Amino acid sequence: MEANEHEHVIEVTDLRRVYGGGFEAVCGIDFSVRRGEVFALLGTNGAGKTSTVELLEGLAAPAGGRVRILGHDPYTERAAVRPRTGVMLQEGGFPSELTVAETARMWAGCVSGARPEREVLALVGLEAKADVRVKQLSGGQRRRLDLALALLGDPEVLFLDEPTTGLDPEGRREAWDLVGALREAGTTVLLTTHYLEEAEYLADRLAIMHEGRIAVTGTPAEVTATEPSRISFELPHGYHVGDLPPLAALGVSDHTTDGRTVRLRTHELQRAATGLLVWAQQAGVELRRLDVRSASLEEAFLSIAKDASADAAATKEYAA
Amino acid sequence: MSTTVTTPMSRMTALARAELTLLVRSKGTLVTALFVPLVLPVSAHQAAGEMDLAEAGLTIGEMVLPAAIGFSLLFAVYAALVGSFVARREELVLKRLRTGELRDAEILAGAALPAAATGLAQSLVLAAGCVALLDMKTPPAVHLSVLGVLLGLVLCTALAALTAAFTRTSESAQVTTLPLLFVSAIASGMMIPLEILPDRIASVCELLPLTPVMTLVRGGFTGDLSAYSALGAVATAVAWILLSVFAVQRRFRWEPRR
Repeated sequence: MEANEHEHVIEVTDLRRVYGGGFEAVCGIDFSVRRGEVFALLGTNGAGKTSTVELLEGLAAPAGGRVRILGHDPYTERAAVRPRTGVMLQEGGFPSELTVAETARMWAGCVSGARPEREVLALVGLEAKADVRVKQLSGGQRRRLDLALALLGDPEVLFLDEPTTGLDPEGRREAWDLVGALREAGTTVLLTTHYLEEAEYLADRLAIMHEGRIAVTGTPAEVTATEPSRISFELPHGYHVGDLPPLAALGVSDHTTDGRTVRLRTHELQRAATGLLVWAQQAGVELRRLDVRSASLEEAFLSIAKDASADAAATKEYAA
Repeated sequence: MSTTVTTPMSRMTALARAELTLLVRSKGTLVTALFVPLVLPVSAHQAAGEMDLAEAGLTIGEMVLPAAIGFSLLFAVYAALVGSFVARREELVLKRLRTGELRDAEILAGAALPAAATGLAQSLVLAAGCVALLDMKTPPAVHLSVLGVLLGLVLCTALAALTAAFTRTSESAQVTTLPLLFVSAIASGMMIPLEILPDRIASVCELLPLTPVMTLVRGGFTGDLSAYSALGAVATAVAWILLSVFAVQRRFRWEPRR
């Protein structure tokens, strides 16, 4: 019943944030996150990810639009929302002269239904650092302490702002496992990240932000499907592009050549690759430096950044 | 699963405990907070000796003790709290605390508790010390002194939050706290009894934030403060508290400027 009542745990409608100087950091975005989903906000620096997350956390009032977390306004109905959410800020927030255990104890005293501190410190692998002052921790250890505090109250909704920035590959993998376990347990997670593979690995759905707007949203597969796959290779000696089988018939949407290197783009990767390889075998030639890759989130991400800056350049030109 | 729900008191206690640990570890703050108000009565004692206290109708004890309590409020509470509020903001601790269940007022009050407790303990020690060493009679209206100290603790906490709102960094806190320290020391009846000032100047000085606190504390020991004057002092102190709280609600910054 409770689950039906709040089918969408996070609801964002036409959300705007304007800073003191008049800079509009978030320019009217909409999205929603269902219970138990892991949702990633991706974007370059300054895209508006943190500005958005702070509004969801209830740290500031929006300039326009609305946010509902578990059916409540996180800014005006703090008392209703906070006991059910956990927050990991993008950086810091600990007095440097307290030890890890003292920091956790302090936070536990401010969280309803807190788990034992030692338990969450063990969960993030910090139990051996319990008596170390925060100022002596590495950047990665601080991120893990932050994560431990966010998990202390067994939150229904977890906000993670760049949770793995500064972690080494092993620490990152451990954090991913932890988020995976939380998803299994039914926690709703909203995370921001720079790392595309992180979003691809963790997120059920994601949105790519650019300059305060959401450029594209969907499952990682849906977002990547908008981009073509790529094949590149070196033309064998004595051959020209015209010697290849008709590219359109292979499902290739366009091609470019750069010296002897040919690059093909296609939405039908298997058909195009098979056609090309069958041709090479029959012709008895070797396609050197052959590279066949499906579209990745990275390409989708880069093309959004590129399109947007091209748009900006076009606007500028038009204005001039 | 039974879950313990936090209350404002449990949250502030947890925060105050952490702040107390930090206060004990911050040697500079601790030295200023503990020793300035204890050393100061000695020099005030010497100054008072040179002043014509009889003209103001005060004994040395009635001059030195309120001054010492006033300096305790200014250094152990006000200046110490401006420093810690600003430091917590710089470290993004205030921002993090605001992501949790603590209300804004609980964050400031909880963080202020150890400093306020220091100020209260010092006032008691100073009062006991002065009564014993300076041949003072037992205070005839001690409730006024207690009320004065309590109002002073709340007022200094509120003024510290207000000063922190206008202080960018921990370094600048050493400058932004000076105006209130100077004005209070000179014109709130700490160094110079208002009774020896010209009437017009004295009546302006009575409106300064720490003057009513000094008036009440001293009145408890002299026993010659009329109910009317006591009420006026309480009203002035409460007005300053309300004004500061109002300004803090609007102007306090929870995150560093970038």
